[in-house]
Amino acid sequence: MIDSRTKLDSLQSVWKAGYDKEKARILICAGTGCIANGSLKVYEAIKAEVEKRNAYVTVEMLLEGKEGTSVVTSGCHGFCEMGPLVRVEPGGILYTRVKPEDAADLVAALMEGKEPVDRLLYRHPVTGAVYAEEHEIPFYHNQERTVLGNCGVIDPEELREYIAKGGYQALAKVITEMKPAEVCQEILKSGLRGRGGGGFPTGRKWEATLMSPGDKKYVVCNGDEGDPGAFMDRSVMEGDPHKVLEGMAIAGFAVGADEGYIYVRAEYPLAIQRLKKAVKEALDNGLLGNNILGTGFNFKIKIKEGAGAFVCGEETALIASIEGERGMPRPKPPFPAQSGLWGKPTLINNVETFANVPIVINRGAEAFRSIGTEKSPGTKTFALTGQVANTGLIEVPMGITLREIVFDIGGGLRDGKQFKAVQIGGPSGGCLTEKHLDMPLDFDSLLSAGAMIGSGGLVVMDQKTCMVEVARYFMNFTQNESCGKCVPCREGTKRLLEILERAVNGEGRAEDVEILEDLAEAVKDGSLCGLGKTAPNPVLTMLKYFKDEYIAHVIDKKCPSGECKALAAYAIDPELCKGCTKCSKVCPVSAISGEVRNPFVIDPEKCIKCGACVSTCPFKAIKEG
Amino acid sequence: MNSENMVYIDNQPVELSGEQNILTLVRKVGIELPTFCYHSELSIYGACRMCVVEIEGRGIVAACSTPPTPGIKILTNSPRVQRVRRTVLELLLANHDRECTTCERSNNCKLQDLAKRFGVRDIRFGERDVKLPIDDSGPSIVRDPNKCILCGDCVRMCSEIQGIGILNFANRGFKVQVTPAFNKSLAEVDCVNCGQCSAVCPTGALVVKSETAKAWKAIHDNNKVVVAQVAPAVRVALGEEFGTPAGEIVTGKAVSALKKLGFDKVFDTCIAADLTIMEETTELIDRLQKGEADAPLFTSCCPAWVKYAEHNGSELLKNLSTCRSPQQMFGSLVKRYWAKELGKDPKDIFVISIMPCTAKKYEASRPEFEVEGVRDVDLVLTTQELSQMIREAGLDFNALEPEAFDMPFGFTTGAGVIFGATGGVMEAALRAAYEMVTGDVLEQVNFEAVRGMAGLKEAAVNLKGKEVKIAVVHGLNNAKKLLEKLKTGEVKYDFVEVMACPGGCISGAGQPIAQNTEVKKARAKSIYNADKLSQLRKSQDNPVVAKFYEKWLQKPNSHEAHETLHTHYTTRARISGEEIQLLNAEKEQKVDVAVCVGTCCYLKGSYDTLKEFMKEAEKSGLKDQINLHATFCLENCEEGPSVRVNDEVISGITPDKVSSLINTKVLDELNAVKK
Repeated sequence: MIDSRTKLDSLQSVWKAGYDKEKARILICAGTGCIANGSLKVYEAIKAEVEKRNAYVTVEMLLEGKEGTSVVTSGCHGFCEMGPLVRVEPGGILYTRVKPEDAADLVAALMEGKEPVDRLLYRHPVTGAVYAEEHEIPFYHNQERTVLGNCGVIDPEELREYIAKGGYQALAKVITEMKPAEVCQEILKSGLRGRGGGGFPTGRKWEATLMSPGDKKYVVCNGDEGDPGAFMDRSVMEGDPHKVLEGMAIAGFAVGADEGYIYVRAEYPLAIQRLKKAVKEALDNGLLGNNILGTGFNFKIKIKEGAGAFVCGEETALIASIEGERGMPRPKPPFPAQSGLWGKPTLINNVETFANVPIVINRGAEAFRSIGTEKSPGTKTFALTGQVANTGLIEVPMGITLREIVFDIGGGLRDGKQFKAVQIGGPSGGCLTEKHLDMPLDFDSLLSAGAMIGSGGLVVMDQKTCMVEVARYFMNFTQNESCGKCVPCREGTKRLLEILERAVNGEGRAEDVEILEDLAEAVKDGSLCGLGKTAPNPVLTMLKYFKDEYIAHVIDKKCPSGECKALAAYAIDPELCKGCTKCSKVCPVSAISGEVRNPFVIDPEKCIKCGACVSTCPFKAIKEG
Repeated sequence: MNSENMVYIDNQPVELSGEQNILTLVRKVGIELPTFCYHSELSIYGACRMCVVEIEGRGIVAACSTPPTPGIKILTNSPRVQRVRRTVLELLLANHDRECTTCERSNNCKLQDLAKRFGVRDIRFGERDVKLPIDDSGPSIVRDPNKCILCGDCVRMCSEIQGIGILNFANRGFKVQVTPAFNKSLAEVDCVNCGQCSAVCPTGALVVKSETAKAWKAIHDNNKVVVAQVAPAVRVALGEEFGTPAGEIVTGKAVSALKKLGFDKVFDTCIAADLTIMEETTELIDRLQKGEADAPLFTSCCPAWVKYAEHNGSELLKNLSTCRSPQQMFGSLVKRYWAKELGKDPKDIFVISIMPCTAKKYEASRPEFEVEGVRDVDLVLTTQELSQMIREAGLDFNALEPEAFDMPFGFTTGAGVIFGATGGVMEAALRAAYEMVTGDVLEQVNFEAVRGMAGLKEAAVNLKGKEVKIAVVHGLNNAKKLLEKLKTGEVKYDFVEVMACPGGCISGAGQPIAQNTEVKKARAKSIYNADKLSQLRKSQDNPVVAKFYEKWLQKPNSHEAHETLHTHYTTRARISGEEIQLLNAEKEQKVDVAVCVGTCCYLKGSYDTLKEFMKEAEKSGLKDQINLHATFCLENCEEGPSVRVNDEVISGITPDKVSSLINTKVLDELNAVKK
């Protein structure tokens, strides 16, 4: 039981010494992505190999005074593309795409002091350069990992490792040295803004909850990360759960709450498991519960599993869901800070926001502000996916340009493809184009471009991507996930989807161009909650930056990127066609005819655009477009 | 004017005076913002987005859910506001089953009204692409999901005002529906048929089941004597359908209209109300004498309340007055006695009730109100259905010459009339109880404490030294709260009146649809006015009622009166129709055996009892003579595991007792069949 700050400090120094003294650590990434790629088998193989060599072996962090190798499952390193990832300390060597059969070579290199196993090192897809040390890899080199600082470094299931790394010091400082209002003030001064997407100043939320009258208040952590492709919050919960708990406890002290809920979607079983373990360990060690560190401050945390409704990421719907009601948003005001969970004043912040709190307290508001931009200080995590060479989870200072993310961290586009746009912020966000590449990314610049940070999904798209199809994809998502409460969102998204489906199916009507825009604006203006208000963003940005492409679909019945099959038109170039008859034989609907050794022609009426002829033609005479 | 307390509506300064939301403020200055989901009695929902306004610097907000703050500049007709409103209307219409001409609510539909008001002529979006099944399984309400605009008014009405909550939202996105749990039909759930959902429904998604065709058929049948009984609340609302001011009494015109439609006799339900008072007050006095153990006595005039009690409080059924409602007393008298006097066979008399109520349709269909295949009340029409028939017949209602009710069931007192408003039954009963207990003449007949729209009205009445504690509730959620307090012992009463609809029968779902509470208040006022103008104001003074006792019923609560005017109740707390058949007897001589696998019995091992039954049935060679079921709750949870053999419930049947039960009770029943 850690019952005082002195005890915490002394344990930290003891555990830190143990942590630093370790001769060697092999950290196998056990994030969801790497587990899916087989990292648990890799872990078993490495463990077996270490045991075979009869080294100083523990599967936990080494205690003080002993030296040896420890094999630890770590949280997500973020470079999921290259998983399973294994990091070896000292030296910070990162092995990528490790298989169980690599265990022997990997352990041999470490134990016998040999050079790192070359075939497992990261190779830059474009330059071909080989990198041994993790921090040198361009993917990491340009990042600023603070929120994710412990992810992939410590064992998330070990409280001791978190404490060794300075964990719970911020909580100790706050509850022994500060007053609640001072804590709110510190957060306000730091300029921290809500990382869930909206970017509302966190300190203002905290102050409003503190000022709200009431004996009983709640702190709620929003872990209902639902954007397709986004997994920043999951990685924090899986890789550094105590940081979230610490942030929540600090918030509890600051706003006068003694109870907190973490709302996690049930699709995140590992996050739930690790959070539960972390809560139990914190409780057992007196870092949660009653009379924390002997200060008289009480704070408990419950984990609530959500059933996976996207709308439950909206704060009032999330609160309704915790209460056992149907997850539907309600009008604000009253804001949760006035009347939230069970009608009590409630502070609700996102996972990443809470994970930033210990950082603000430990470093101080001023130091926090030194990273990022003036209006959007700090860092932001993004899930980088799409047609980019390096995909994965990244953390960058606010104000970084899109170019740095896509071309430095992401290593540029795959296979020499050409950049077209990024979709940022998932179904609530919008697309950004080449002209935005040098715009510094922060909450406000994105809003003015018609997009938003959202929860931080970042999909890179090449010239082969159809922007109309992208808009249709996201509209389909929001339509399915609309709670159906307010008319503009429920009915409006259905009709927006209808119009977009017409466009990609080649059934667009001339009047659709105007209707689409008008309806999108009405849905944006008229919807009840954030989901509906932002649902038209992908459509509106598409219309703003790629209107020609949409008009080509609707008026010319053409898809310039060639992605929309229904709009594709195939034609045989008579110059290239040798009349070999191969295409007419493969055509399933007999749409191709001609005389042998003379150019063939495709009947567009019969053609079903299956593309079979294109891949068959030995002379590349059949063109699409 | 204080400039710090000003807001600007369309550039006009308006002073704030504590308005809770922008909607009320804007309406106060005479601008009618449209709404679908805003009802002053229900919680604020903010979903229809019709009441949007633009606040300069803040953009579009829903007026219903935004409190006004000093200094804001509100625009109610800006281009952005207009765009949202028109788009919302258009979107709703696109997905609406637009069969307006044949819709029950045509000309009385908010969606139709607003489409007209905003001049929507062209719908730019696709049509509704699904046709969901219509639920007409219940006796009173028809639900057509294809016309639902998902405003949630019915959902909130059913849960917030009625405390029942049988309707709620299901699914997500475009597939969202308002439906009973697990997509069950209205007949399968705890719906009490109060119809308040249909009264708030802005479209034709929830309507009262129309049965005018059956009425016409009876009227046109020359072999039938068609008798109408008109409930008290009908007379203060029927006129509204024909443009008279809310609450105006049109009794004489209603009688006249019914006669012209072809009814042979037109009677007044109020006389049966007087009879109810005689019976119920006698029952009350009897209970008062027996003391606290039997308290309180609940009124039983309201069929929705009776069904609610049957679903939710099997332990309170013994406290429910055994008196039939006035409607059923009337039917019973007419079919049992009056027919005889007329020299008619009861089956040739056709009783049609004109009621403000949808639950009365259900009440009339209850199996216990039937003698030898003849219903006491054959058909129930609502005030709305009557007005429909009057229109169909082309009668100029306002020009009709008033006529009087027929005798003998036309002679009434003020006490019978006030049954139509909340507190009325209580007041009428108190007028009778006072005289019955004290033997004195009651001079001051008005009991103001039980009148008015407060959800719970309480009073203590001194009856010759004995203080009688009474309570009046209306709106079933108020009843629910009261029952909870009674259960915890927080309150104690001797007599409680419950009416399911807020305001009592005047607000019944069969009445013309009232847009606001002012209409309901006007109707109530009119009811009390009618009472004031009555020559006789106490049920016990009704000479015709006295004559009924003399001729037919002997005295209140006599054996004869019990046979004719009282009833019994059934608990409906359990899931019905969900038995699981395990053995299907093939022989003709068979016995039904049901083993309870409800939670309590299951925990006490009823599943093993069931398995034992299967085994023993085989062993004893009775497998093809036992219909074996697993059932959910036989209502004897304390003494489980319970087993039902034919109609008898036998408890404490642990697996070891199965064999002896088969050898005794089961064999006995089988032998009985043989004989």
